[in-house]
Amino acid sequence: MIGRLSGRRAPILPREAGGEPWLAAVIAALCFLACLAAAGALAADRAAHGWARSLGAEATVQVRPRVGESGATAAARAAETLAGVTGVDEAEALDREAAEALLRPWLGEAVLPDLPLPYLVVVRLDRDQPASAVSLSRALAEAGVDATVDDHSLWRAEVERSAGLITVLAGAAFLLTAGAAAAAVVYATRAGMAAQAGVISILSLNGASDIRIAGLYQRRYGLLAAGAGAAGALAAMAALSLLRFLGGSDGITPALPVVWSDVLILSSCPALAATVALLAARLTALARLRGHD
Amino acid sequence: MPVQPRRAADAAASPDTVRLDGVGFGYGHGPEVLRDVNLTLPRGSFHFLTGHSGAGKSTLLKLLTLAARPTRGALWLFGEDAGDAPRGTLPTFRRRMGVVFQDFRLLDHMSAFDNVALPLRLAGARPAAYAGNVTEMLEWVGLGDRAQTCPPALSGGEKQRLAIARAVIAGPELIVADEPTGNVDADMAARLLKLFQSLNRLGATVLIASHDEALAARSGAAVLRLDGGRIRGAQA
Ligand SMILES: Nc1ncnc2c1ncn2[C@@H]1O[C@H](COP(=O)(O)OP(=O)(O)OP(=O)(O)O)[C@@H](O)[C@H]1O
Ligand SMILES: [Mg+2]
Repeated sequence: MIGRLSGRRAPILPREAGGEPWLAAVIAALCFLACLAAAGALAADRAAHGWARSLGAEATVQVRPRVGESGATAAARAAETLAGVTGVDEAEALDREAAEALLRPWLGEAVLPDLPLPYLVVVRLDRDQPASAVSLSRALAEAGVDATVDDHSLWRAEVERSAGLITVLAGAAFLLTAGAAAAAVVYATRAGMAAQAGVISILSLNGASDIRIAGLYQRRYGLLAAGAGAAGALAAMAALSLLRFLGGSDGITPALPVVWSDVLILSSCPALAATVALLAARLTALARLRGHD
Repeated sequence: MPVQPRRAADAAASPDTVRLDGVGFGYGHGPEVLRDVNLTLPRGSFHFLTGHSGAGKSTLLKLLTLAARPTRGALWLFGEDAGDAPRGTLPTFRRRMGVVFQDFRLLDHMSAFDNVALPLRLAGARPAAYAGNVTEMLEWVGLGDRAQTCPPALSGGEKQRLAIARAVIAGPELIVADEPTGNVDADMAARLLKLFQSLNRLGATVLIASHDEALAARSGAAVLRLDGGRIRGAQA
């Protein structure tokens, strides 16, 4: 008898506070978006570092032949000089056929023979201690080669700046979704408490403290947000996994690599959503109760 | 008797359960409903509070349950100044009293059993510890077979008895009841009066607000009359 009665205790707050499926749907959608933003930011950051690393491992040198010297000879001389500089793994003159092969898909066969092409040397730098643009220029000047060195530092800086920007944007998107979720919970808590003003006064008159009453709302909306957060995160995980499968071993595309560990990070979403909801409900409920004195 | 008032043993050592000195109260900016109320309920006393409809009986009980604060004067509960006790201390006062409201104030989404158990549950008691007492209390007020029924499906008299069961289940030191026999027949009224008297004999201080002057007279208890915002009548 006792076991039967105690096993079926009604919740202290009525179940139907109103608007709860709506709140769950909003939180699930926000969590889905936050998860996509987080995964996108992680992938963008990883991609940017990959690009920056390969850009940093290469330099391009444009050679201007001296009077009476062919471009190919000048390029070969530059390549030879550069190969001897410390911090350079390999320097290779890009001959005319190679340059034409690169341009053929873009310009077609017809114009290529007449096109004045720059004479280029591609320099692969040591990954750990790459030679600087300055030391490459100095070596070329000493060898009497007139050339311009591009160590891609401009590009690298831009790629890194873009990656930083994406991270900041993703962080802002995350904070915004957290704020929106908190606002939805604040609104729901206020509506719930207004609808249950009679119940709250009965609880209070029967000896419930403000903390205890706030705890009821905190628990209710915390659990709701945990469930909704799990649903949103699962949906996002499913979407990302699909992209990961479709994209093969390099992720969606090599440019935006999603890895399995990113998908696992999203599993913290329910706990985060619950924490945000719990705090929002607690603070709202306490403020309301204390304002009622 | 399923319950016993707590702290009955130190009755001799403690001061009056309730004391009001020159208390005035008015709703909002309206006229004063209570003017200059002086009232002392010694520990273990039993009083009826009568007065015509609108005299301010429920209002006075509202002050005792700290649902409203006096606009002037002093209010002491259990020997402590409760007139402007901070909100955080209210649960401590309220857990020492049991209140039967004129409009019952039951939780409609809970069974009769859970309604009666509410004060115990809010005080942190485990179901296993109180289930027996709650069941016994429900039987005492004649609701043994209604334990799993929710208040909307109960009659007026049944709700009233349920409200009484909830008020006394935790063995309060002070029992305050507003028209607790207004909706029941004479037999049940006598039975409920006996419940309050038994709890009083066990040490609880009891104040019953009622129109029913005959019941008050029959009880043999001291009668306080609220008239013109003041208390007149015998103080036990
Ligand atoms: N919430 C309120 N706001 C404003 N006035 C109120 C409020 N509650 C009661 N009153 C007024 O205060 C006066 C006393 O009301 P109260 O309910 O205390 O009377 P009562 O003695 O309990 O009457 P009854 O025997 O009919 O229950 C009445 O004039 C009533 O209109
Ligand atoms: Mg009244």
